[in-house]
Amino acid sequence: MDLELKNELSRQGIFTTTLEELYNWGRKSSVWPLTFGLACCAIEMIATTMARYDLARFGAEVFRPSPRQADLMIVAGTVTKKMAPQIVRLYNQMPEPKYVIAMGACAISGGPFKQGYNVLKGIDRYIPVDVHIPGCPPRPEALMDAFIALQKKIEAQSLTGADRPPHLNAEAPSEFIVPQYGAHDLEPSKNVKLWNIITKSTANGSRAASENESGKNQIRY
Amino acid sequence: MNLEKIKSDIEAAVRGCSVQLVLNGSPCGQHSLLLDREHAFEIAKFLRDDPELHLDYCSNVTGVDWLDTETSEKVKVKQLVDGVEQEVEEVRKTRTPGYLETIYHLFSMEKKHGPLVLRLRTEDRSDRVTLPSLTPVWRSAEFQEREIFDLYGIIFEGHPDLRRILMWDEFEDHPMRKDYVEPNDYEYEPTPHDAVLEKSMRAGAVEGR
Repeated sequence: MDLELKNELSRQGIFTTTLEELYNWGRKSSVWPLTFGLACCAIEMIATTMARYDLARFGAEVFRPSPRQADLMIVAGTVTKKMAPQIVRLYNQMPEPKYVIAMGACAISGGPFKQGYNVLKGIDRYIPVDVHIPGCPPRPEALMDAFIALQKKIEAQSLTGADRPPHLNAEAPSEFIVPQYGAHDLEPSKNVKLWNIITKSTANGSRAASENESGKNQIRY
Repeated sequence: MNLEKIKSDIEAAVRGCSVQLVLNGSPCGQHSLLLDREHAFEIAKFLRDDPELHLDYCSNVTGVDWLDTETSEKVKVKQLVDGVEQEVEEVRKTRTPGYLETIYHLFSMEKKHGPLVLRLRTEDRSDRVTLPSLTPVWRSAEFQEREIFDLYGIIFEGHPDLRRILMWDEFEDHPMRKDYVEPNDYEYEPTPHDAVLEKSMRAGAVEGR
């Protein structure tokens, strides 16, 4: 619909919308996160939901204790290799549409524990992450900023076409490989379909160009 | 704490034990007692129950991995070279086999003294790695001995619940050992340097420089 006409109508007291807008407005305004925290970032996440910062203003006050009722997984804290399979399993148990915020340095890359033998070097090795927040830990404002970024992402999703969200695309997978405990490391140590960063063998040409192709945020499978 | 006196007290109380004084040459001068494996449990009970010492609190248990060491020294040896006797320098190498060590820090809450540092050493670092568990004497050692079992591979005989505590049960390595080889998952390093640069080059993430 023409934007001018829409504005004119709304001045006359007539509200017009599209199904897509209405649908996305409903989805973005009731993103219910899964109740779980892994480390100190979880304390900031709890603070975000409390009265001072009040995440409820954005429709995310209902932290669900079951993955079956949750839309958003906030990976708040260090993901140890021992914990990673459980997190992937929880993600797999969430119904579509589902989103992931990787909160803090540990969840996005391993953070200060990156070189440790027992810490996963970023949860995006196993599940697709929609928003990465840096920080150690990120302040509640940063989590709210990430949440608003996620809302904008949901709002911009078109319901048809090639770039439709995965929950409307039967081809797109909604479950990912749960890593197994191996003798020396998790097996596999990463989901190559998600974590396809450039290596020596694939790196032809400039690094920036290939990074744009396989940007971690965009791909869903 | 007078370690010499404690040592003689132990030797008087526990028959046949051998206690060695391990001196610490650094400024802190925190000397310790090296116990023999066979009598360590009884010595620990003595240290806890002795009315004078009454070391009722074990604050810390930790492990150390001592690798095999090779020391070389130059020795002048007389040798016949072309029929003439000459002094020739020879390098002699001595190999000291490595071992694993656990260290206990003991305090007395009642007497307000401590720490007394105990050391226990395994025979080697490969297959004879059994030490007596002191958990039945000091309950606070339970999780820390489990951690040492997990990360160093020391087997504590008499421990009530000897399982891995940080790593998963299927894990086979002992990450805190000095010869532990970590899995190479350094394929994405935005700003690699030093050791990380080497590892990421081995993983093929960074072009060789």
